Amino acid sequence: MRREPGGLYAAPSTIWLTVFFLAPLAIIVAYSFLTPGVRGGVEWKPTLDAYRAIANPTFAKVTLNTILVAIGATAITLLIALPCGYYMARSERQTLLLMLVMIPFWTNFLIRIYAWIAILGNEGFLNDILLALGLVDESVQFLYNRGAVMLVLVYTYLPYAILPLYSTIDKFDFSLLEAARDLGASKLGAITRVLLPNVKGGILTAFLFTFIPIFGAYAVPLLVGGTESYMLGNLIADELTKSRDWPLASAISLVITLVTTIGVLLLLRANGASTLGGAREAKAEPEPAFGGAR
Amino acid sequence: MSRPAARKRSSFSRSVFVGTIVFLSLPLLVLVLYSFNESKSGAWTGFSVKWYVKLFTDSPQLWRAFGNSAVVALASAFVATVIGTLGAVAVNWYRFRLRKYLRTLTFMPMILPEIIIGVSLLVFFSGIGLRLSLFTVFVAHVSFNLPFVFLLVLARLEEFDFSIIEAARDLGASDGQTLLRVILPISAPGIISGFLTAVTLSLEDFVITFFVTGPGATTLPLYVYSAIRFGVSPVINALSVVMILGTVLLTWSTRNFLKYIAAK
Repeated sequence: MRREPGGLYAAPSTIWLTVFFLAPLAIIVAYSFLTPGVRGGVEWKPTLDAYRAIANPTFAKVTLNTILVAIGATAITLLIALPCGYYMARSERQTLLLMLVMIPFWTNFLIRIYAWIAILGNEGFLNDILLALGLVDESVQFLYNRGAVMLVLVYTYLPYAILPLYSTIDKFDFSLLEAARDLGASKLGAITRVLLPNVKGGILTAFLFTFIPIFGAYAVPLLVGGTESYMLGNLIADELTKSRDWPLASAISLVITLVTTIGVLLLLRANGASTLGGAREAKAEPEPAFGGAR
Repeated sequence: MSRPAARKRSSFSRSVFVGTIVFLSLPLLVLVLYSFNESKSGAWTGFSVKWYVKLFTDSPQLWRAFGNSAVVALASAFVATVIGTLGAVAVNWYRFRLRKYLRTLTFMPMILPEIIIGVSLLVFFSGIGLRLSLFTVFVAHVSFNLPFVFLLVLARLEEFDFSIIEAARDLGASDGQTLLRVILPISAPGIISGFLTAVTLSLEDFVITFFVTGPGATTLPLYVYSAIRFGVSPVINALSVVMILGTVLLTWSTRNFLKYIAAK
C-alpha cells in the first residue's frame, strides 16, 4: 500500500467527523460535570449534581420503563422476525417477499407513526368500526399508553430485524436441518440446536438494530405515549428545551451512549469481529433508495 | 414422509409471515382509504379527491417545507458523497496515519441512537455560537450521511484488486489521473447508491433535524410532525399516499438504474 495521497483523501471526512460528531460528544461529556446556567447553557463550576439527579426515584422510574419497553419490544420483534426471515429464505419468490417487507419500510418514519394514530385515535379507523358495529358506545382510548408505544416501536423496527435475519438464514445450508431430523432430532430440536446456533450472527445484528434505536426512542413515545410511557429520550429533550438543565440532559445522553457502546462491544466480543462488518453490511443493504426509520 | 413434514414446518413460518405483511401494510392501506374520504375526520362519507387538490393547490407551508427538505437533502448528500468517497478510497487503498481512527469514526454515528447525535450537535452549535438555521440542519445531515456513503463506496472498492491501481501507476498515471480515470469509474455504482441513500436518509430524518433546526427552517418531516400534533388531517393523508408512491417509484427506478450500470 502506498502512503500518498491517502492522508489527503482522508482529511476531509476525518476532519468533518471529528468536528461535527466527536467534538459534540466530548462537549456532552464535559457539560455533564458542570453546573446548569440560568437559561440553558452551563456555568464552569464542576459538580456531580447531574449524576446525583439521575439516581433519584423519578429518573430511575423512567430508566426502568425505558429498559422494560426496549427489552419487551425487541423480544417481540425478534420473535416475529425469525419465522419471517426463515420463510423468506426458503421461499422461491424472494424478491417479491422482500418488496412486501420493504415498501412499508421505505415509507417515511413519521408517516408510519401518523398511520397508527389514524387507526387507533379516538376518531380513528378502529373506533369507527367498533362504533358502527355497535360493539362500543363511545370511543375507546387506544393511544397514549405503553401498549401503543410498544406496538408502534415493533411496527417501526420489524423490517430492521427481518432483513439481517433473512440474509443470514438465506446463507444457511438447509440440508443440515434434514440431517438433524434424520438423526432423530425433533422439529423444534433441529431448529433450536442446528439452525439458531448457525444464524447467531444474524440474530445479534437484528438485536442490535432493534434494541439500540428503541432504547434511544424519542418520537414514538412523544406521539403515541402517555406520561407512564415516558422514555429516556423524552427526558433528555425536556431537560434540554423545557427545564433547561443542560448538564442533566448531557448526563442522560452519556448514559445512553455508554449503554449502546458497551452493548456493541459485548456483541462484538461474543460474535467475533465479523459482527461489525456484518452489521454494517446489513444496515447498508436496504439502501439504495430507501430511507427507513433511522 | 419427508414431504408432509416439510410442508408442515413451513406452515407456521408462513402464517407468521402473512400476518406480518398484513400488519406492515394495513396502516398504509388505511391512509390510502382515508385520503379519499370526503369528510374531514371519522366515518366514511363518500369518495373525494378534494384533499389531493388541496395538497397541490392550497398548502403553501407544506411546499415550503418540502423545498427546504429538498435543498438540505441534495446539498448534504452532495458534500457527504464527495468527502465520504475520498475517505473510502483512502481507507481502502492507501496507508496513512489515523486510518483506524477514521474507520471507527465512520462506524460510531451509525450505531448511536439519533437523539444523541441531535442533542450533542445542538449543544455544540450553541457552544460555538452558531445560530440554528437550515445551515445547521445541513451540517448535521452531512454528519449522519457521510458514514453511509463511506460504507457503500468502501464495499464496492473492496471487490477490486489493488493491482489495477498499480497498473495505472506503472503506465504512468499521476495520482489525480488514477483517481479520476480508474478509481472513480469503478466505484461509480457505490458512489451513486451512496448519494441516493444520503438523499433518502436526509429527506426522512426527523429526530436529529428536530434538535438542530431554527426558525423558518422547517423540513417536511417537521411539518408533518406539527400537523400530527394538531390532530389527524386529511391533507396529511393525501401527502402520505403521494410520499409512499414517490418512494416506491424512486426505489424502483434506482434499482433498475443501478442494475443498468452494473450490467454496462
